[in-house]
Amino acid sequence: MRIKLAIFGLGLMLLSNFSNAQTSVQGKSKQMLNGKKVYDMYCQACHQADGNGVPRLNPPLAGTVYVTGSKTRLIDIVLNGLTDPIEINGEEYNNPMAAHSFLTDQQIADVLTYIRNSFGNKAGTVSVAEVKKQRAKK
Amino acid sequence: MQKIRLVVAMLMLLNVIAAQPKLQVAIQLPVGFTSKVVANDLGRVRHIAVNSNGDLYMKLDRLVNGKGIYRLRDKNGDGVMEDTLAFGNYTGTGIGINNGYLYATSDQTIYRYKFDENQNIVNLDQPEIVVDGLLNKRQHASKSITFDKVGNLYVNIGAPSNVCQEQDRQKGSPGLTPCPILENAGGIWQFNTSKTNQTLSDGIRYATGMRNALGIDWNNEVNDLFVTIHGRDMLYQYFPEMYNQKLGAELPSETFYRVKKGDDCGWPYIHWDHFQNKKILNPEYGGDGKKEGAPNAISPLVGFPGHMAPNALLIYSGNQFPAKYKNGAFIAFHGSWNRTPEPQEGFYVVFVPMKNGLPTGKWEVFADGFSGMSPVTNLSAAKHRPTGLAQGEDGSIYVSDDKAGYVWKISYNK
Repeated sequence: MRIKLAIFGLGLMLLSNFSNAQTSVQGKSKQMLNGKKVYDMYCQACHQADGNGVPRLNPPLAGTVYVTGSKTRLIDIVLNGLTDPIEINGEEYNNPMAAHSFLTDQQIADVLTYIRNSFGNKAGTVSVAEVKKQRAKK
Repeated sequence: MQKIRLVVAMLMLLNVIAAQPKLQVAIQLPVGFTSKVVANDLGRVRHIAVNSNGDLYMKLDRLVNGKGIYRLRDKNGDGVMEDTLAFGNYTGTGIGINNGYLYATSDQTIYRYKFDENQNIVNLDQPEIVVDGLLNKRQHASKSITFDKVGNLYVNIGAPSNVCQEQDRQKGSPGLTPCPILENAGGIWQFNTSKTNQTLSDGIRYATGMRNALGIDWNNEVNDLFVTIHGRDMLYQYFPEMYNQKLGAELPSETFYRVKKGDDCGWPYIHWDHFQNKKILNPEYGGDGKKEGAPNAISPLVGFPGHMAPNALLIYSGNQFPAKYKNGAFIAFHGSWNRTPEPQEGFYVVFVPMKNGLPTGKWEVFADGFSGMSPVTNLSAAKHRPTGLAQGEDGSIYVSDDKAGYVWKISYNK
């Protein structure tokens, strides 16, 4: 009886683990979907549809640690913009990026999840809580 | 038999000597014109100049082997520029030859090098500084140059801004009236070439209201300055309620102006709209897509489709090309990025027929195919991007590319 209960319990745990994983997969794909909408509206003009940016002017999002590395640095760039000289893979980029703090925490989390997992990038998702935390630091 | 072998061997040798760099793309030209690649793989070749002896000078915006200026010379007169000389340890865009000097620019300084009687530079490592300390805030910082016939130099000082908003490129940020940038940028400055070590205050603001007049040339037929200007970005992205995606790709016009001393081209208050043929007030300054503005600003000679980036201008004064080209304007369009997600446009050299400094007909694409694809859906895939123009002593013209570092020579062969 006890064994049966234990097996049942184990089954429940497995089930709940599985459904957690499923929720997060669903969560990510929803973030990707919504993130693309934000990207198309606010980012694509400069960073281009393929995330390769514009030589000399607008930095690429594909294949750079600025995107796939530190999440806090990436969130800060969206919140504060970027006017300092930036060099990526040996190239300098000269157009300033405006602050995008007018985007909601959810929009920022979505679009950053999107760019971290598009254009050949593969990196962790960004959560609303992580954006909220960075915004509070301002 | 021996003779045949010798001939074959000689032919093979000739083939090797005449071997052209592998052509990435085929350039399309009007009937009777041919093109030839004369330089390749030099990276960001920006503006170019050709000396009277045929030497080709290229200004690089990224150092190659530590050097920012390359000279190609045909030493043995076989039609191939096999001799390379590299000098100058700075990046930049502008280059030009005037009255015994080669001028070259970084984004803040105008240098010059003196030629001896054999067209060799005497001070390769110690150029004179003609003007120093020009505004360099990275955005629109390329200092393109030209010369008139009485010893003056003209330099484009681009505005480090999109449309002079309180917060540059910030959606919703209002435009500044008056725009403070216009004090020391956003126009063409004139300097006397008889002096060295000048600063901005030694020059005069020759013309204003220009966002970035990267294409600049003196028209010797009418003795006036002509420029091509890059129009503003982001009409659709900032004002979707006034400009839809397609309109935002087509507008504002890229513009071609004849400029007299004291002229104002209207930036940042207006943009040119080639559909309405009007100076339209920018929305950051209260515009609604229809309201006109800047009544005292001059109008362009031609308004081209938006964002194609007219990077170089050449008023053709040669005799090699058919008569219709004489005194007309060649304009090198770098190719757009701000049309996304619409296909990109440009990546070609256009011709504007002109007489007495006025267009005599519609503009036409003269040299096409540089991008290597049509349409260009992703800018990063474009093979070449036309950036500079120059005219040789024999009337051929040269086109440079800052994507793969090519230079083409275009000739007319009847």
